[in-house]
Amino acid sequence: MALQQPVKEPTAEQIAEQKIYREFGVTDEEYAKVCEFLGRKPNYTEIGVFSVMWSEHCSYKNSKPVLRKFPVTGPRVLVGPGEGAGIVDIGDGLAVAFKIESHNHPSAVEPFQGAATGVGGIIRDIFSMGARPIALLQSLRFGKLDNERVKYLFENVIAGAGSYANGIGVPTVGGEVMFDESYEGNPLVNVMCVGLIRHDRIQKGVAEGIGNPVFYVGPATGRDGIHGATFSSEELNEETEAKRPTVQVGDPFMEKLVMEACLELIEEGIVLGIQDMGAAGLTCSSSEMAAKAGNGMELYLDDVPQREANMTAYEMMLSESQERMLFVLEPQHEEKARAILKKWGLECHKVGKVTDDGRLKLFHHGQIVADMPVKALVDDSPVYHKPAKVPEYYVANANVDTTRYPETKEIGQALKKLLASPTIASKEWVYNQCDSTVGATTAVGPGSDAAVVLVPGTKKALAMTTDGNGRYVYLDPEVGGRIAVCEAARNIVCSGGEPLAVTDNLNFGSPENPEIFWQLEKAADGIADACRVLETPVIGGNVSLYNENLNGAIYPTPVIGMVGLVEDVNHITTQSFKSVGDVILLLGETKAELGGSEFQYVIHGCTEGRPPAIDLEVEKRLQQTVLQAIRDGRVRSAHDLSDGGLAVALAESCITGQLGAEIDLNTDLRADIALFSESQSRVLLSVAAEEAEALCKWIQEQGVPCAVIGRVSTDTLRVKVNGTVVMEEQVKELERIWKEAIPCLMN
Amino acid sequence: MKFAVLVFPGSSEAECVRAVEECTGEPAQCVWHIEEDLSSFDGVIIPGGFSYGDYVRPGAIASHAPVMKAVKKEAERGALILGIGNGFQILLESGLLPGALMRNTSLKFRSQWAEIVVENHRTPFTIDYEEKEAIRLPIAHGAGNYVCDEQTLASLKEQNRIVFRYAGENPNGSLDNIAGIVNEAGNVLGMMPHPERAVSKWLGSEDGKRLFTSILRTWREKHGVATTR
Repeated sequence: MALQQPVKEPTAEQIAEQKIYREFGVTDEEYAKVCEFLGRKPNYTEIGVFSVMWSEHCSYKNSKPVLRKFPVTGPRVLVGPGEGAGIVDIGDGLAVAFKIESHNHPSAVEPFQGAATGVGGIIRDIFSMGARPIALLQSLRFGKLDNERVKYLFENVIAGAGSYANGIGVPTVGGEVMFDESYEGNPLVNVMCVGLIRHDRIQKGVAEGIGNPVFYVGPATGRDGIHGATFSSEELNEETEAKRPTVQVGDPFMEKLVMEACLELIEEGIVLGIQDMGAAGLTCSSSEMAAKAGNGMELYLDDVPQREANMTAYEMMLSESQERMLFVLEPQHEEKARAILKKWGLECHKVGKVTDDGRLKLFHHGQIVADMPVKALVDDSPVYHKPAKVPEYYVANANVDTTRYPETKEIGQALKKLLASPTIASKEWVYNQCDSTVGATTAVGPGSDAAVVLVPGTKKALAMTTDGNGRYVYLDPEVGGRIAVCEAARNIVCSGGEPLAVTDNLNFGSPENPEIFWQLEKAADGIADACRVLETPVIGGNVSLYNENLNGAIYPTPVIGMVGLVEDVNHITTQSFKSVGDVILLLGETKAELGGSEFQYVIHGCTEGRPPAIDLEVEKRLQQTVLQAIRDGRVRSAHDLSDGGLAVALAESCITGQLGAEIDLNTDLRADIALFSESQSRVLLSVAAEEAEALCKWIQEQGVPCAVIGRVSTDTLRVKVNGTVVMEEQVKELERIWKEAIPCLMN
Repeated sequence: MKFAVLVFPGSSEAECVRAVEECTGEPAQCVWHIEEDLSSFDGVIIPGGFSYGDYVRPGAIASHAPVMKAVKKEAERGALILGIGNGFQILLESGLLPGALMRNTSLKFRSQWAEIVVENHRTPFTIDYEEKEAIRLPIAHGAGNYVCDEQTLASLKEQNRIVFRYAGENPNGSLDNIAGIVNEAGNVLGMMPHPERAVSKWLGSEDGKRLFTSILRTWREKHGVATTR
């Protein structure tokens, strides 16, 4: 980056007269409010600080009323929303900390570093709680893989996220990748990190104890990432490319040092408060820590280590240089802290102190350069109740009959087309670039319904997944929101875990558009309903709005990250068929539901109608029944039915088990609909032959529809519908198509 | 038997410590890179990871750390030294093993299960394996493409120093499918696959276990301690 000469900053008067604040995304009303809080006009540094703290990214000003809908408490919740990450009890004095975060905008302009620093940021959120990061999951959305720009973004997002995760030594154990034109130019890069922590080590980002010193650890502050938070709160447009310099550069080695040092400081028990400098860097970490303790803070900017010459207060406060942490200690522990940091080759800098006046005061070159009430920055940010309007497309879709398409007779051909669709195809190309086994705790890695990670020293394990089908949410945000939560929970259950809690990433278009805001509100309603019924509170998350490109908004895509507890490693279950002769059971009811399905998209080239319906009580009963059967040791494999319906689920269980299946389906539905419908609340089980009859009966007694639909065989997937063979394919051939699809598109 | 597990900034040492303790029942102690004396240990493991962020070249900076002088001394004394992944890279950069590891031919990081053949089951590290046994271990590296000159390759083959080879697909382009080699004296092993990540059925394979039990049995036989295998 070229060295920038310090520009002469406009005066407070000039900012007011020329309405310079508008360049920072501050509205006239917001500016007036800032003046009111200060009792005068803000100077350049102050308006900069306010603009990032009041950006959507930091303040959730547009999404707050929506987030209030979520249930956030539960008997296991130790830390809810508002901290770096939520924390849930898993017994034995242990807890799991987890959170999901997006780096969509940076990844759209600089995919490698955008994705890499996204991984770095979410890992910092976890270890700043005192937890050791043990797993990462990536939830990614890209445009159709048929143009060079999309391929470039895909290739570099994977490489960037992988390089950071690999470098810091945290395994990437799962996630999902979907492709649809809707995300062209505005990919979604959501990363979830899961950490383990002892209850007595839980940290909070609070600046406690008047007069206590505030320390800065990590690399020096540069001019990178200035106004990153504001950038994330705008739509992408032709000028976006010019904002490439606002994307930061990550260094996983530095973060590994900072992480190990911070965990050692916390283990020593000398840290009073700690927070990472993520979005809005020094500004956000200092004001949030002060606000949470009800205190103030003074920062001495001359003592902030600087990577570049002549940095201004404004630049230092708004820089998003990576891998930096802020922490508060009692003065007597300073030497101990310095010794620990020195061991890791790090220096710490005393850059401020905790005060009792509730103000954030910045000193530079011996002068006070900013003086703002902390509460105004953090708690009194504006909240907008945006208008919502039902979109026309939603009304029109009510009348679309998704069974009107001509019947697909060539079921085998259709299945092959679906297996070759990048959304369904094997993601080996992606996850082979990410270390999934470092740490030696990965029991079930990428490519299954949910990943499972062992908890060393116990017989427990953690199941984890991310899910979110943008097409369903687009077609019906409320139903789609419910399905996202239910599918995540179903994945957890199918792997042998009990769903514990949720972290959500709400990826939407511009909330200024009433139709988009309607999508956001309705989706949140759906998520909230499902979380309440499934008893999985939302313990934290992230909102990413303004995800738009030249063609308009992306599909509304809430991504649900969920963690479940596997009580005993013996309960760990995978989707792959295990042995020839095992009986295959289909749980749940299949209806004619093709709206938003992968079949509709791939075979009929559209996304229309209503998504599959979902009944939360039915879903809950299904999940409880499946989990009980698994815990009773009666299940050999379990697979959730989702994209591509029964046909794709069968193919996946065959391919991953290197076995075949003989299926004999009796149905009132047309064969193509029966096999590709994406009806919800369905699970495929394989069980030992001698167990099948009794288990099927027991499942039915629980009030869950259950049918024996076939047996596991050697090497062919053969499907009969009402006595007629509709498909017969070699599993090896299906596997080849499924595995080669993405590599072929990328080479 | 007492194991040292070296820790450089950027190492992933925890799983090595756990694998040693779980597989052998013997203690493993983390040793910081600035230590200069390893004489109180009977075996040394250099773990995987990204020491010094792979800056310059993987293993290049770590090979100059004070602890590596001590490793060389112990190697000369005949102590068993095992380098895994980045540990293998460090052993090569230190000159304790011949050759070099270049970037994978795909130029991409590769994380996957690999089919490995135990080519030499008579080394101190492999006596609990069968001859030509096929085992399954994870690999996870960006630079596992082993290269050396013709003369070195000839002597590696002649002296039966190629301990592990990739069976089936070669994941990184390494010369002669080499996955692990020992030094001439046979007491220093470097390998790219990760045995410490395959030590229980829950991790998908237990094939890594016997590497650690082999080390223990070798040490016990040498020191006249009754084996309990």
